[in-house]
Amino acid sequence: MNQIPALIGVFAYLSLLTVGGGMAAFPELETLTVNVHHWLTSSQLIHFYSVGQMAPGPNMMMVSAIGEKVAGPLGALAVLVAFFMPTALITFAVGRIWMRLEGWPWRDAIERGLAPVAIGLVLAGSITMARAVLTGTVAIGALAAWSAVAIAGAVFAILLLATRINPALLVLAGALIGLFAFGGR
Amino acid sequence: MSATPKSSADVTLGQIFRAFLLIGATSFGGGVVAYLRTSLVGKHRWLDDPTFVNLLAISQTLPGLNATNMAVLVGDRLRGAPGAVAAIVGICLPGALIMFAAAVVYGQHGDRPAVTAMLHGVAAAAVGLVFAIAVQLGRKALERPADLVFVALTVLGVNVLHLSVLYVLLGVGALAIGWHRPRAGREEAPGL
Repeated sequence: MNQIPALIGVFAYLSLLTVGGGMAAFPELETLTVNVHHWLTSSQLIHFYSVGQMAPGPNMMMVSAIGEKVAGPLGALAVLVAFFMPTALITFAVGRIWMRLEGWPWRDAIERGLAPVAIGLVLAGSITMARAVLTGTVAIGALAAWSAVAIAGAVFAILLLATRINPALLVLAGALIGLFAFGGR
Repeated sequence: MSATPKSSADVTLGQIFRAFLLIGATSFGGGVVAYLRTSLVGKHRWLDDPTFVNLLAISQTLPGLNATNMAVLVGDRLRGAPGAVAAIVGICLPGALIMFAAAVVYGQHGDRPAVTAMLHGVAAAAVGLVFAIAVQLGRKALERPADLVFVALTVLGVNVLHLSVLYVLLGVGALAIGWHRPRAGREEAPGL
């Protein structure tokens, strides 16, 4: 129960880092939930994030799963409000001002300047996640690690070559392949 | 698509909530922005395309997920603050409930060998997905070679130097905005 104030603090802070998408906050999400607060293990976090890729809606709804694990339904609700409210308020306020700044030359500079940083943050989050997945599968064995690399590489290539395919289906296919690649150990 | 937007005075809070709830429940596989455009510009004609692109640019620049920022901006345009609340709650509700249920099931069955094996597969596939998203974003938004330097500095700060995301965001962000600063000659810059 007394974890709820800490949950609110952590997720309100993470909320402000999601420039470019939820993945931008992933390195800090891992540090705070796994290393600082010990709410879950690195592989549990990866599992929640990955399963979240199959859920509909904005792609960070997995935060409600972390809240549930730490403090039940109330924890889930607290995390959702903490994670979505700060940026919603900022967007609400700035959105009203931004439209009136059409001719302000710095507006363009901010949009152009933050675009590459946002992409860098998404890439950095992806690298952090890839490292965690690799560490987790290396612990199982070399064959498991290579299987994970092969699955990730295949999904990456398919998505870039065939843009029409629904990514959720590929993640689902990962579950079936995983059953054969990582099962029986 | 050149839709003529209906007068937004016609739109009720219930309609806003239902439209965003439907998007929140059906937008499997990420790319919620495409679902938003189909629904808001195409089906409901609450926005025209240039306005949609304009709001999307704001959503991408500000912190927050694109999907939830779009919900707030569109909801506000249609029905003010209550509209924004109806839109963001609608788009988040289905996914939040599904992930809540997933956490409960995970707590009960998460350590079964078959489940663990499937989750390892899902995680590996998700890694491929997030890298593909990063590349797709980069292809669309990176205009000049200098932008690649800012991408590299950001990755260096977070993954190699292990700096806090916040400091990297503020530091490299300020540098990149400075680089793209309004220059004299391109436009008369009133010192604001």
